[in-house]
Amino acid sequence: MNNKSRLSLLVVQILIVSLVMALLGRLFFLQVASGDKYQDAALSIQSRDVITPAIRGIIVDGSGVPLASNKVGLAITIDRIVIDELSDKGVALMQRLAGLLQLEYADIYQNTRLCGELPAGQKAGCWQGSRYQPIPITKSADPDTAIQIVERADLFPGVSAKPVAIRAYPSFFDVNAAHLLGYVGPLTESDLLSTNEKQYFRSESIGKTGLEIQYDSYLRGVPGIRTVIVDRKETITKESQNTASIDGDHLVTSLDVRLQAATEKALKDAVLRGRANGYRSDSGAAVVMDVRTGRILAMASYPTYDPNSWEKGLTVQQAKDLFSETKSVPALNRAIQGLFAPASTFKVISVVAADKAGYDLNATYDCPSQVEVGTRTFRNFDSKNQGRMNINTAIAVSCDTIWYQIAFDEWLRDGGLKPKSNLNDYFFKAAEAFKLTDRVGIDLPAESASRIADREYKKSWYEQNKDFYCNYKERAKKDQQSAFLIQLAAENCVDGDKVRAGDAVNFSIGQGDTVLTPLKLTQSYAAIANGGTIWQALVGKAIVKTDGTVVEKFTPQKLGTLDVKPSTIKFLQSGLRQVVVRGTAAGVFSGFPVEISGKTGTGQVFGRNPDGSAKDDTSWFASFAPSNNPRYAVTMMIGQGGFGASTSGVGVRAIYSTLFGVTGGRVDPGAAIFPGGKPPEQLPKISLVIKKKGAQ
Amino acid sequence: MSQISARQNLYRKDRRSLFHGFDPVLTIVVGLLLFLGTLLVWAATRDWYARGGLDPEYYLKRHIINILIGAVLAYGVTVIDYRLLRAYTPILWGAAVLGLLIVLIPGLGTEKNGAKAWIALPGGFQIQPAELAKVGIIIGMAMILSERSHNSDKPSNKNVLQSLAVAALPVLLIVLQPDMGTILIISASVVTMIAVSGISSKWVVGLLLLAVSGGFIAVQAGVVSEYQVKRLQTFVDPNADTQGSGYQLRQARITVGSGGLLGTGLFNGPQTSGRFVPEQQTDFIFTVAGEQLGFIGSGTILILYLILLMRAFSIARRTTDPFGRLVCTGVIAWFAFQMFENIGMTLGMMPMTGVPLPFISYGGSSMFATLIGFGLLQNVHARLRG
Repeated sequence: MNNKSRLSLLVVQILIVSLVMALLGRLFFLQVASGDKYQDAALSIQSRDVITPAIRGIIVDGSGVPLASNKVGLAITIDRIVIDELSDKGVALMQRLAGLLQLEYADIYQNTRLCGELPAGQKAGCWQGSRYQPIPITKSADPDTAIQIVERADLFPGVSAKPVAIRAYPSFFDVNAAHLLGYVGPLTESDLLSTNEKQYFRSESIGKTGLEIQYDSYLRGVPGIRTVIVDRKETITKESQNTASIDGDHLVTSLDVRLQAATEKALKDAVLRGRANGYRSDSGAAVVMDVRTGRILAMASYPTYDPNSWEKGLTVQQAKDLFSETKSVPALNRAIQGLFAPASTFKVISVVAADKAGYDLNATYDCPSQVEVGTRTFRNFDSKNQGRMNINTAIAVSCDTIWYQIAFDEWLRDGGLKPKSNLNDYFFKAAEAFKLTDRVGIDLPAESASRIADREYKKSWYEQNKDFYCNYKERAKKDQQSAFLIQLAAENCVDGDKVRAGDAVNFSIGQGDTVLTPLKLTQSYAAIANGGTIWQALVGKAIVKTDGTVVEKFTPQKLGTLDVKPSTIKFLQSGLRQVVVRGTAAGVFSGFPVEISGKTGTGQVFGRNPDGSAKDDTSWFASFAPSNNPRYAVTMMIGQGGFGASTSGVGVRAIYSTLFGVTGGRVDPGAAIFPGGKPPEQLPKISLVIKKKGAQ
Repeated sequence: MSQISARQNLYRKDRRSLFHGFDPVLTIVVGLLLFLGTLLVWAATRDWYARGGLDPEYYLKRHIINILIGAVLAYGVTVIDYRLLRAYTPILWGAAVLGLLIVLIPGLGTEKNGAKAWIALPGGFQIQPAELAKVGIIIGMAMILSERSHNSDKPSNKNVLQSLAVAALPVLLIVLQPDMGTILIISASVVTMIAVSGISSKWVVGLLLLAVSGGFIAVQAGVVSEYQVKRLQTFVDPNADTQGSGYQLRQARITVGSGGLLGTGLFNGPQTSGRFVPEQQTDFIFTVAGEQLGFIGSGTILILYLILLMRAFSIARRTTDPFGRLVCTGVIAWFAFQMFENIGMTLGMMPMTGVPLPFISYGGSSMFATLIGFGLLQNVHARLRG
């Protein structure tokens, strides 16, 4: 054949070989290089997972009384895919359901909106799961009502009824513990995408806050999965796996349900007492800690809410109220998230500072009615001249001016507004000795760290605020431009980055920008009580199975020791006892048959309430008992509650009464919460049969 | 007597063996492809029909019958004397054109997927004339392009034009169906045959340009049906048409990819058994190979095609007779481009058209045509020694 033919044939041959090679290459790419990706895609096309949820573990107190358990409810669910197809998007359907189930239409509507569909600020009560899950509008439907709905599928398309496990908080002894326990809810998209090792299925519930989320991996168990292979018409062709669910394990806490209930009641009574005395009294917290182990025996926050409301289904109003400022944000756990100026309870730190600075704690000092510091006058609390006294008495009667003088003198020694290069900074160092800025490390989410207004704080505060203060006249609102404030702004602009005399003086009495959480203060007082050990606080004690097998035990860690001489610690213990014997708390604890040591605090608060009124003082009482050989530390704080002794102190006395079994002015050992004087070490047996116990 | 024996000689050159002249490699490779194809068709349809309560071996049986009939046709084409072949060529071509005309007549031709490509015969059988037209065009063009005059070693320009006319009429009728996939294959064959015929390259270049612009005009003029345009769009942008052809192609890719290296095992593929890929036993049969046989298995199928084509090239090169060479070339181009389009479409490299995979896809007309093509290759090979 001719050469052209031959060449053409060759060209065609090469072309065809290349085509085949290209196909091979592409085939390799799809099957070998990207095989995994396509296998996953194929699985999602051809297989379906049917999840059977595991029974969630229960949460019990130290004696085995259930705080969180499960019960069976009847849920009515709406399928968004179905109702979105209706011409009115299901409005008439939801109105019918509202009437039948005695719910509000607006609540049903809001509950069935995806959180992502709603504008910010209007998301209360929204559905955090996905469009493809049936959305429950109630979990406690009546069976007869449910039958009416299910039998009329024509009137109620996309609506079904099914039994569901719901989390129940049984409130034995009328206990609340909402902030400790938390609540459970459906997974959000961000939970599903989160990168931690947990593997979740879309239809699961998980803990959202509190112990429910902290110990979620133990409590939730393992859901059962049945994987079926389907064909294009969604007919099941075979079953690929069928694993049974594994129930969750149970959490034993160190709480005591009766003590917790009593603490909550004492807190609430203190709030009301403050109001009766004419104070705004809008919030509060109380903590009971074992000083020898760090375990939390009770913790309360006011205001609170009913944790069962999450499972019942929050109305839109309830959801809004939980986070509403006017209702004092009940969702907040003030014991670990509330930051308040500790006021006189901080003086234990000042004692340590004075001691380190070389002041003789047994010598006597003046306690005048006021002290001139620079151009300002700092007064004693009620402007009384208390004469000369030693430090022990100064603690007992809560003299302020002694500390002003000491603090001012030390501030001057450190160079005043021009700090020296080798600072003594006894007061700031004393705060470090107590490790005040370290978190307590409690096993609850979102614990706030306390803040000390030391030199570093002032520098960073200045960086953030100097633009505002140096341009005050332009930046501030018109009603904030009084002569005093303009003067203050000018001062802040000039030396807002320095610790000024007023800052040093305020520091010594726990005022100014220093703020602590009630839990942190409790930990610090517990450290004084036990001789210097700073304990981590824990609520969880152990994870156990129903048959009693212990899966894991949790022991609080020793986080450090107070960097304070043992003799100084003893001095503090003695001073704090004198507060109760002859000092500011004497009246509150008169006639009390157990020896208590503690400190009152009445903190002035700068600022105004939303309604314009000036803020009332914060009431504090931090304590431990029994004074010889202390076991328990109890702290109470009432925001805008007035005096430390009369508002919080009385509340703490009520807590100790329950704790020690004090009735009619005497200790009744049989009535004490912890017979034997200490919390139980043994773990209780778990009984899943819940019998309603009688009230205490 | 001598007339009879002479006649007999027309049909059987050598009485030594029934399969004398058959290329063993070609036979084995095609045999393997047919065997694999049978298994794949069976695997593609067994569970599906069983689930529907029908005979799970329905397609298997019909496929085997198709192969047997095709094999008989192939044998006939192989052993026929090539002079007789040349004599029959115009008749075959005419029959193909007739078939293509009938298909267009409403009432006689049945419409499927928007194309009038089938004639329904009594007894539930269907015939697709376009497949047979491929054979007709190849041997028709080969006959004309192998004419030599004045001791020239290449066809004259007049020959080329005539051969194009031979191709153009059936192609035009197929355009009216419309069946763009077949047009593509036939065009490839035509251009390749002309390229190999020895004519100057100007023809080839010109034809290529014509083909491309013709295709472009066809799309713009709306001759191409809308759903074919959608297929092209989906090829360019895979996300465009998720419910229609985009969906099919995506399912096909996933099915092939999920086979991995070794595949899920024959009869064991959930994608196949779930019928997620449409047209699984016909146009998308390669997905069954991809899922169940993995890269090893489907790669082997590609290698088998490569061996088949290389062997056919070898035959084409060794033939001294231009007609034989052109027939081989035409068949090679047909097989190669059809295989490339079908598998390429499955893998997402080519736009979607409805062309079956030679020797493997289920379908009577396609099987007959490709086995006849195979027979033509054997026929040319058989005369090599002579």
